[in-house]
Amino acid sequence: MSISVQEADFDAGAEIAALSAGRDDVGAVASFVGLVRADKAAAGVDAGATAAVRAMTLEHYPGMTEKALEAIVTEARERWDIYGVRVIHRVGKLLPGDRIVFVAVASAHRGEAFAACEFIMDYLKTRAPFWKKEETPQGGRWVDARESDDQSAGRWKA
Amino acid sequence: MNVKVLFFAGLREALGTGSESLALPSDVGTVGALRNHLAARGAPWSALATTKNLRSAVNQQMVGPDAPIKAGDEVAFFPPVTGG
Repeated sequence: MSISVQEADFDAGAEIAALSAGRDDVGAVASFVGLVRADKAAAGVDAGATAAVRAMTLEHYPGMTEKALEAIVTEARERWDIYGVRVIHRVGKLLPGDRIVFVAVASAHRGEAFAACEFIMDYLKTRAPFWKKEETPQGGRWVDARESDDQSAGRWKA
Repeated sequence: MNVKVLFFAGLREALGTGSESLALPSDVGTVGALRNHLAARGAPWSALATTKNLRSAVNQQMVGPDAPIKAGDEVAFFPPVTGG
């Protein structure tokens, strides 16, 4: 299964190894790991203070989430000659430093692996129905979408 | 016609509910018309009108306000996504 939406943590090394296990045509595996940041500035706390974001809860739209991720992976496979893809997105409560998202792409050469990995992340950020709610000393707060994420996704338009 | 409507994230909290099944009047045939129909209930439903860049999906596919709705559809409204 190339796509997982789960509460459990993941082992990035094992996932990367699995993408080339038992085959000799993979020349490149590019991967990305996203982590929960204790974002002080966004929470209105000065940088010298203790961690502002205490925890984060990831909500998603069960059913649509998987479909949206599958559509993104399918589009990546149409654009680049890639051999394998693994996408993992965690949901539920996460703490600063926790792994939250993993994308890895196997291909013959690095160019396609890098490009497809970045494409999948950019589209995931703008098309997959996940929402982050941060717990801060001032209370709970839904994270605002960033325009820069739309711009990052927009540069892949054909 | 009957449809199921889902709400997520900050919108779900503002409305105090995550889902509702309802019968639509015959003149409500698009996602945008459904949004207006619900928002017209007044507070807290007016959040559907005031949420910035509200997104929508029909049967788990992202669509715009002109997308048609038919009986049995699952329609969802939510704020811009913030995963990753």
